[in-house]
Amino acid sequence: MTAPGPERFDLIVIGAGPAGASAATEADRAGLRVLLLDEQPAAGGQIYRPLPAEFSPREGRAPGPDLRAGAALRAALAGSGAEARFRRRVWHLARGFSVFALGPDGVERYAAPALLVAAGTHERVIAFPGWTLPGVIGLAGATVLLKSQQVLPGERVVVAGAGPLLGAVAAGILKGGGRVVACVDLASPAEWMRLAPAAGLRPDLWGQAAGWTAAFLRGRVPLYPRHAVVEARGPGRVAEVCIAPVGGDGAPRADAPVRVLRADSLCVGHGLVPATEMTRALGAEHLYRPDEGGWIARRDACLRTSVERLYVAGDGAGIAGAVPAALRGRLAALAAARDLGRLAEAEFARKAAPVRRRLARTAAFGAAVARLMALRPGLARTVSRDTLVCRCEDLTRAEIEDAIGEGAREINQLKSWTRCGMGPCQGRMCGETVASLMAARVGSREAVGQWTARPPFRPVDFEALTGDFTYDHLPFPPTAPA
Amino acid sequence: MTAFDAAVLGGGIMGSATALNLAWGGMRVAVIEKRALGSGASGVNAGTLSLQIKRVALMPYAIRGKELWATTAKRLGVDVHYRVVGGMTLAFTEAEAEALRTRMAERIAAGAGAEMITAARAGEIEPALAGERIVLASYSPLDAYANSSVTGLAYRRALVAAGAEVREGAPVTAIDRAEGAFTITAGGERVVARRLVLAGGAWLKGLLRMVGIEMPIHYRVNQVAVTERTRPLFKAVIMHALGFLTLKQSDNGTVLIGGGWQGFGDPEAGGGEVDAENLVGNLRLARYAMPALAGSRIVRSWAGYEAHVPDFMPLIGPLAGVDDAYVIGCVRGGYTQGPYMGQLLAELILGREPEMPLFNPNRFNEARAAA
Repeated sequence: MTAPGPERFDLIVIGAGPAGASAATEADRAGLRVLLLDEQPAAGGQIYRPLPAEFSPREGRAPGPDLRAGAALRAALAGSGAEARFRRRVWHLARGFSVFALGPDGVERYAAPALLVAAGTHERVIAFPGWTLPGVIGLAGATVLLKSQQVLPGERVVVAGAGPLLGAVAAGILKGGGRVVACVDLASPAEWMRLAPAAGLRPDLWGQAAGWTAAFLRGRVPLYPRHAVVEARGPGRVAEVCIAPVGGDGAPRADAPVRVLRADSLCVGHGLVPATEMTRALGAEHLYRPDEGGWIARRDACLRTSVERLYVAGDGAGIAGAVPAALRGRLAALAAARDLGRLAEAEFARKAAPVRRRLARTAAFGAAVARLMALRPGLARTVSRDTLVCRCEDLTRAEIEDAIGEGAREINQLKSWTRCGMGPCQGRMCGETVASLMAARVGSREAVGQWTARPPFRPVDFEALTGDFTYDHLPFPPTAPA
Repeated sequence: MTAFDAAVLGGGIMGSATALNLAWGGMRVAVIEKRALGSGASGVNAGTLSLQIKRVALMPYAIRGKELWATTAKRLGVDVHYRVVGGMTLAFTEAEAEALRTRMAERIAAGAGAEMITAARAGEIEPALAGERIVLASYSPLDAYANSSVTGLAYRRALVAAGAEVREGAPVTAIDRAEGAFTITAGGERVVARRLVLAGGAWLKGLLRMVGIEMPIHYRVNQVAVTERTRPLFKAVIMHALGFLTLKQSDNGTVLIGGGWQGFGDPEAGGGEVDAENLVGNLRLARYAMPALAGSRIVRSWAGYEAHVPDFMPLIGPLAGVDDAYVIGCVRGGYTQGPYMGQLLAELILGREPEMPLFNPNRFNEARAAA
């Protein structure tokens, strides 16, 4: 499949969100030969996702701040000498580093002595009765619909969960002419107010906050702070969403009155989880840091992991938000240039200092937002025993609990016993619920551990992976004696 | 600290089966496993239970092993998804056909229960195969498979029911012998036992060193891949004349693809890693045999270690020079034969005459030979 050998670079950056795109631009400035890979058609990541080329913004509407920031990011990248290749799904990594991607023409192989993983996050959705009904989608998924396709998730939408995606999705629905039946927020107003001191350092956010507030007031969105969705009901698809007041840990209060809302769509997300499958596959050490989203690769101040010349940046390195992501991307790129002997120590210090100062100013807000999105352990704890937890393999909470009760000590043992996490989601949909349930029984998330990362990082098309070949050229392996 | 009658180090299929038979035989047994029972090769192999791909010298053992798998659900109390689906071995070139003829003649004589069939017949049995590419095939209606990922669960449940002590997450760091007993340090705790069974799979070499024995144990790193659930395509286990393919579709629709394509890794350093080139090679061969696989998606691939000594024959029996110590391992086709091999070793340890001969483990004992 790789007859000519891998294409070689000094640094390969995976993920072209704010972190990866900024890193590629910075590394190019430092004189490195850089390759930037992303599965999307353009740079920007989830937050700065551009409209598809075929779409034009509505007349008379100025592009929002995210579109403007994304355009600036893309312009800087285009003006650099970094090689950016899109529609590339990285499916496997090997130490050293080899990068295997699936592109429009099949399997591609790249190699570089330094690798920066800026793979972003996936959404945490803690299971609840009815979460698998059609009409229930993630908040992150809803932002893709709204930003990229300008499609509303429904006509009467309940927006629920935690963090700033609540505001973004609700405002996006209102802007698109939809109706938000309710905004159901795990956090209390006091928790949001804790953002205020940190937000004071980020005037760039005031406009956005003011915009959301105005949109909410105009759209008369009923707000339910310290509430959670306890059930979604059909028949067939979402017709009713049941919500109840909760405590600070996300568990509904025992005597809580349940309110039933009529809706045709529920957008729900309980925060973002750093995507660590790539750093796990490469054997990097990981730490459980709930305030940064969960498991993250251990990193130093310059984003070096425990594996030599492997760097992380962006929300995948710990949730911090788009602005710190870009800064951490630049810092990681500078560290890579220095570690490769391409940037003298003094020059590195001179270039890194202003980036670090800006990072220090913006990090507090990112950390505060990440805390809003941190896992609330009461959510999973109160799910009923017959609730489906692993939707790929049809496993209920009771089946998971029975395996834990029989002695499954860590999450991969549970996976072997029950098939939980073996389906096409590869444990992304169920993982946080299962690990939460297990941690309550075995003591900690550290004891529960992480899924073993196995290639491909996402399911890949058999035909694309195998491509064109002839039987005579199959590289048969050496055999053991017959 | 009360002494166990036997401590079995390694909770794969060899160690677990030995321990279970010892417990059934009335001994107090402890199984000590560094990770989880069945977390190594026993739990990540492709689950093929075919006599067509077994070595002639091991055929009688494989036949008995397969019989034990057939009754595992009843004996161990866990459904291991044992399915008799038939098995077909395919030759795609004249040279492969010649090799298949030669090998199968020996294996059929040894009791593999297979017959040679034409390409046309192969296509009738499994219409999804690329019939026009097949030169020759062999077929056995007796071939089967089981789901290897529940090996650990099955043996764990049976061991606990039999009263054995199971210690998981307990890597062995020292083995000391004094006053007719072994003291095993594992996971920061000590276990005392009168007999010792070393069943470490790919980690056997290190365990042997702890009792002063050096053996030339090497390992292969076998890769397996699996698709997402897909429509029913075929029933039989599909194999390749030169051994480069095993293909089976489970009840749930997933297709498991193996064949001994090599990954890399070092057991002492961690788990095996998938070699991307070899993964693609394996998948290409699978697609060559079964073109409809092209419409599915690969969800996962992995690699497991398979230990062997230079002659690729098992090490099963008492260790020379260390009283009351036994070894079991390096069994090629160990998933099929493991339940039976463990039973044989347990018979010996329980003072009975094993139903079939064991395999002198001291033939490669370099330290003793040099001494």
